[in-house]
Amino acid sequence: MPRRTDIEHILVIGSGPIVIGQACEFDYSGTQACRVLRSEGFRVSLVNSNPATIMTDPEFADATYIEPLTPEFVEKVIAVERPDALLPTLGGQTALNLAVSLHEAGVLEKYGVELIGADIEAIQRGEDRQRFKEIVRTVGGDVPDSRVCHTLDEAVEFAATVGNNVVIRPSFTMGGLGSGMATDADEVRTMVARGLAASPVHEVLVEESVFGWKEFELELMRDRNDNVVVVCSIENLDPMGVHTGDSVTVAPAMTLTDREYQHMRDIGIAVLREVGVDTGGCNIQFAVDPKTGRLIVIEMNPRVSRSSALASKATGFPIAKIAAKLAVGYTLDEIPNDITRKTPAAFEPALDYVVVKVPRFAFEKFPGADPVLTTHMKSVGEAMSIGRNFTEALGKALRSMETRAAGFWTEPDEPMDKDALLAKAAVPTDGRLYTVEQALRAGATVDEVAAATGIDPWFVDQIALVAGIGASVREAPTLDADLLRIAKRHGISDRQIAALRPELAGEDAVRLLRHRLGIRPVFKTVDTCAAEFAATTPYHYSTYDDETEVAPQRERSKVIILGSGPNRIGQGIEFDYSCVHAVMALREAGFETVMINCNPETVSTDYDTSDRLYFEPLTFEDVLEVVHAEQESGTVAGVICTLGGQTPLGLAQRLKDAGVPLLGTQPEAIDLAEHRGAFGRVLAAAGLPAPKHGTATSFAEAKRVADSIGYPVLVRPSYVLGGRGMEIVYDEQHLSDYIRRATEITPDHPVLVDRFLDDAVEIDVDALYDGTDLYLGGVMEHIEEAGIHSGDSACALPPITLGASDIATVRASTLALASGIGVRGLMNVQYALAGDVLYVLEANPRASRTVPFVSKATAVPLAKAAARIAAGSTIAELRVEGLLPATGDGGDLPDSAPIAVKEAVLPFHRFRTPGGDQVDSILGPEMKSTGEVMGFAATFGTAFAKSQAAAYGSLPVKGTVFVSIANRDKRAVIFPVKRLSDLGFRVLATVGTAQVLRRNGVEVEVVGKFSDGPGNIVERILAGEVDIVLNTPWGNAGPRIDGYEI
Amino acid sequence: MSKAILVLEDGRTFTGESYGAPGETFGEAVFATGMTGYQETITDPSYHRQVVVQTAPHIGNTGVNDEDAESRQIWVAGYVVRDPARRASNWRAVRSLDDELVAQGVVGISGIDTRALTRHLRERGAMRCGISSSDLDAAALRERVLASPLMIGADLSAEVSTTEPYTVDAIGEHRFSVAAVDFGIKTMTPHRMAERGITSHVLPSTASADEVQASGADAVFLANGPGDPATADHAVATVQELLRRGLPIFGICFGNQILGRAFGFGTYKLGYGHRGINQPVQDRATGRVEITAHNHGFAVDAPLDRVSDTEFGVVEVSHVCLNDNVVEGLRAKDARAFSVQYHPEAAAGPHDAAYLFDRFRDLLEGSA
Ligand SMILES: Nc1ncnc2c1ncn2[C@@H]1O[C@H](COP(=O)(O)OP(=O)(O)O)[C@@H](O)[C@H]1O
Ligand SMILES: Nc1ncnc2c1ncn2[C@@H]1O[C@H](COP(=O)(O)OP(=O)(O)O)[C@@H](O)[C@H]1O
Ligand SMILES: [Mg+2]
Ligand SMILES: [Mg+2]
Repeated sequence: MPRRTDIEHILVIGSGPIVIGQACEFDYSGTQACRVLRSEGFRVSLVNSNPATIMTDPEFADATYIEPLTPEFVEKVIAVERPDALLPTLGGQTALNLAVSLHEAGVLEKYGVELIGADIEAIQRGEDRQRFKEIVRTVGGDVPDSRVCHTLDEAVEFAATVGNNVVIRPSFTMGGLGSGMATDADEVRTMVARGLAASPVHEVLVEESVFGWKEFELELMRDRNDNVVVVCSIENLDPMGVHTGDSVTVAPAMTLTDREYQHMRDIGIAVLREVGVDTGGCNIQFAVDPKTGRLIVIEMNPRVSRSSALASKATGFPIAKIAAKLAVGYTLDEIPNDITRKTPAAFEPALDYVVVKVPRFAFEKFPGADPVLTTHMKSVGEAMSIGRNFTEALGKALRSMETRAAGFWTEPDEPMDKDALLAKAAVPTDGRLYTVEQALRAGATVDEVAAATGIDPWFVDQIALVAGIGASVREAPTLDADLLRIAKRHGISDRQIAALRPELAGEDAVRLLRHRLGIRPVFKTVDTCAAEFAATTPYHYSTYDDETEVAPQRERSKVIILGSGPNRIGQGIEFDYSCVHAVMALREAGFETVMINCNPETVSTDYDTSDRLYFEPLTFEDVLEVVHAEQESGTVAGVICTLGGQTPLGLAQRLKDAGVPLLGTQPEAIDLAEHRGAFGRVLAAAGLPAPKHGTATSFAEAKRVADSIGYPVLVRPSYVLGGRGMEIVYDEQHLSDYIRRATEITPDHPVLVDRFLDDAVEIDVDALYDGTDLYLGGVMEHIEEAGIHSGDSACALPPITLGASDIATVRASTLALASGIGVRGLMNVQYALAGDVLYVLEANPRASRTVPFVSKATAVPLAKAAARIAAGSTIAELRVEGLLPATGDGGDLPDSAPIAVKEAVLPFHRFRTPGGDQVDSILGPEMKSTGEVMGFAATFGTAFAKSQAAAYGSLPVKGTVFVSIANRDKRAVIFPVKRLSDLGFRVLATVGTAQVLRRNGVEVEVVGKFSDGPGNIVERILAGEVDIVLNTPWGNAGPRIDGYEI
Repeated sequence: MSKAILVLEDGRTFTGESYGAPGETFGEAVFATGMTGYQETITDPSYHRQVVVQTAPHIGNTGVNDEDAESRQIWVAGYVVRDPARRASNWRAVRSLDDELVAQGVVGISGIDTRALTRHLRERGAMRCGISSSDLDAAALRERVLASPLMIGADLSAEVSTTEPYTVDAIGEHRFSVAAVDFGIKTMTPHRMAERGITSHVLPSTASADEVQASGADAVFLANGPGDPATADHAVATVQELLRRGLPIFGICFGNQILGRAFGFGTYKLGYGHRGINQPVQDRATGRVEITAHNHGFAVDAPLDRVSDTEFGVVEVSHVCLNDNVVEGLRAKDARAFSVQYHPEAAAGPHDAAYLFDRFRDLLEGSA
């Protein structure tokens, strides 16, 4: 059946801000969908609240709405756009839930909008865990024993019947929010309570636990002719009990016989048909008892999921793209496989390589958070890698993490004996495979490790294989070609080898030796068919084999763009956005674009974003080999390191030293900005003020500095990213315990002590500089005062309280910095305006987190311009060409310009202390947000309200506000609180605060602190009496404890 | 680990480690793309005289068990894998694959660039090769490769077929019995029949029409098997005779080629064949696509655009492979005979085509 002709206009819903469990994979799928639908000639309207997405770029839809993803706002869009159809299956759980509410609210019916790619019934059958289980049973499948509960008692009663060994899972949540595992009656109580709260329909599933079984996933696709294909099988290395999003996963499945695999496939297909997933992608999870092979079905997601993105990158089968085509009427046999071009999409990919995904966590950002992995997803990102065998792929994936350890042996073992190691490995945590490897080295057998961890012995044996090779590398009298080749074939990096052979004096020596022995990787192709047919798409990965498949290309010169690796707090989709824009701009300008990245969630790793895609870790070794391969096959104009965030920036110097041509801002300039001393000189030369500061390697020194510049001070380790380890210190005592806590202070890693600027307005600036002209991209005024990390604070563009003279100073200072540093492309500066002085907090000579926000708010493609400047164009030329406005810039927007507000989205609710309490949700100079939304309107008020609605659901406009404020802040809250009470809010406050407020004529009711026992504020908050809380804790004494509880 | 080399008849040489039994072997190099089911693959008689290259890198992970073998022995002439498992892990495993290969004296090679070899075969076509761990002189080995027999013109069914008839009983109520002519039959095929109440009398490939009828069968099944269908004149004549006698016939793979020849179509050798479990085949009657298991180097040469008039009435191409439009099934409109080029018994492989056994049962019920 060909494309439907009875619909012309399709509304696509995005997935909103990046949160744990729902990240940029949905930008990837949504972007693919929009591309496809438009190329099929449909009018496409798009709603998404996330400005950092490619899908919200003007060129991807006919009408793009950056609006909150709530039924109210989406209905407004529908009312204006009047689409014929709504495609909700590519925007994650958010879009799916939104579609359900719009249906239930009768909106779809009212405006005659047809749901395509899914039907409500099917969604409910798939998502309602109980109905789903019945369906599985009707098709002869097996499921864990369970009951759906709406009350605590129901749950407790059922749990008892299966020995209180249960998993508790709320209905209609994603990423395992509010779910958990209980092994006794008390745990059942606490977890059910939490689960009921987390479920939008106040419903949890209490289910027999199959903890420790093997976990698998299938990605399926169905068309309207009822043709079904399995795109990919995924095996979780971590057994049941660890959320798939937090598990190390492998594709294809490694430990199933064909009979078991086909049984899984049969059940999967039968379930898919019975649920009635209309057309499109779907993901089904299974558990297998390693002792008996009993197969049970865990859940299904009747939509494109995180795993579908992984499966698409792992197989070269673009699930989202095909799902979109199926949704508009095509059948699988009518859609060509765009990698082979000759064969149809109606087939099942065959892999001749192994794919490994490793999750990236951020526990260090949430002190007190329980790092044990459970059924509730906690990772903030992931890296994928491809190798010709499991060990190679695993090695690559581990070094793609950019954690301190870059693969086995690169960090000293923590000395432990075999039993201790086995005990440690038994608890699933981030980096458990390192413990597994150490345990094997400490003499544990493969079976002992498998028994302790529940990891299949085959995988454990593969790690034993690597450990064995490690041992031979360590012990070999000389490192000969054969041994080196074996090591490389099993994914061992030069850096790991260097760690094993100290006498080789480092990674560079290992590389030179390797090159001298002629041991270099070749590059194979992801072709969906295990080489059965010729592939036309250059989607490559490195491996140590005989034959390379990189085709020579000598017509156009190439630009290699380094991506930003796994998403993490502080470096996420925003950087991928800039990389993708660079690709688009340079392609247009006639370059051959080459992308290197290892993040499967992103648009940059879609094989048809750049001319050539290398799915590789962003380490020096791996990047250098790609550059070499590209130089062999053509001329490389240069590499761009300044768009992917800190990751590629950190490689710039070494690449240049290795003779690799770099485009744009050069390492020397990067150094000037990143090294304190050098930067200080730049500031001095430009006559720009910075907060008073000094460095210290001991408490005594720190004290001296602090005394001389005065408290409060801001302290941090000398090398930080996303504000790692930064703290505001108000007095000597806190200073001393910071120094005590601060690990590894050494003369070359001193602590930096800055004067903390109180009540300073923070200003964020993104600008372009070409050596002559400055283009001020945008001046963002933060809503929170300086001290809250720029990534976590809301900001407004254009600035709402800054005067022309302030902006003039910002412009002058930014120009001075750009030329002083020697920027060629984008630069981001953070200023703090205290009193009338504009202090420079830091300058980053690279694309920043705010580039997409600024680009969207001002409709100027900053990253594209930056890429062009890097490739040699001037701002003047780009103005003529029209890529930049002919006159003016983001610094002098007309007063009539609409206002854009960015708000950060924080993940605190996903973390719990081992005791099950909320982690502290205080913001500070260390960034903690996972994503952002944008509110766009003619006035600041509306824009801000929209941003809040998009991030948290609407703010209360009446009710009760609770105020408890540290002394230093009391003066600051008087007016806002007065205003609130004038607006009719009832005000509760703790004693001290109440006094101050009363004196200022605010009517207040005094409530006890948590520490004061019964009737205290915590109880009243739990009782739901309070709508807004204003609380600024102080130190870690009593009030801080209240802070936690509140 | 001792070294081994693989040399193709065009001289391309790969060096790796000896895998399975040491020694030397020759055969037609073909690649198989299935990611599961190596035990079924190596025990499939259709691979007789072929050196199988597994494109999936990890082979042997689930060991070898007592249920999944498709015949009494391993048939592949040689085995090429990249990363053999060091240890088997599966609750059904009884032995490691390596041990099994050694026990049955199957010579193999591991650690070579199997993708490079596969691409070579894809571009140049399936060709003879030799694997040796005893003589690492590539030039000398190539001489012996060139001296080894070609697949074109090879009549191999007799070498794999049972010599004595045997019976596989229906499971549950017995409803029909078929005479299954064993050109290299797989265990799963009679089993799929048995599941449907059909008893199979498995006869040697040399069975005559009279012997077939003597078995008292209600119908005839033509099994899969190795070799060049162009050589199977005896079988073709037998099938024509059976068609004249009006027995219902169902054929798979080699059986499809025999039936095709019986209808008067030619057969030809494909460049590198179809060997995998992900092949999209379209049932031209329903338009439905099924993902199917393939193992064939030859195909039937029948017109896709029209039906053909034959001595046995009108015959149509019922199934095609969507990848390359190769004929994958034949159906005689009035004579009660049909066949497919692929493997509905699917061991290894997806079960999408199992309906064909139902179709056969329905045919026997005369309801077709
Ligand atoms: N019955 C169970 N016993 C043990 N672990 C389970 C069970 N059900 C689910 N899990 C674990 O919880 C994780 C999340 O459950 P899942 O149903 O996939 O919810 P989500 O919607 O968050 O993906 C699974 O990946 C699995 O590891
Ligand atoms: N001297 C200071 N006074 C007040 N706040 C500061 C000062 N220095 C930094 N900050 C706050 O800390 C945050 C992080 O500091 P920054 O230097 O930008 O580190 P990062 O490299 O992590 O962005 C800033 O966004 C700002 O809010
Ligand atoms: Mg899940
Ligand atoms: Mg900053």
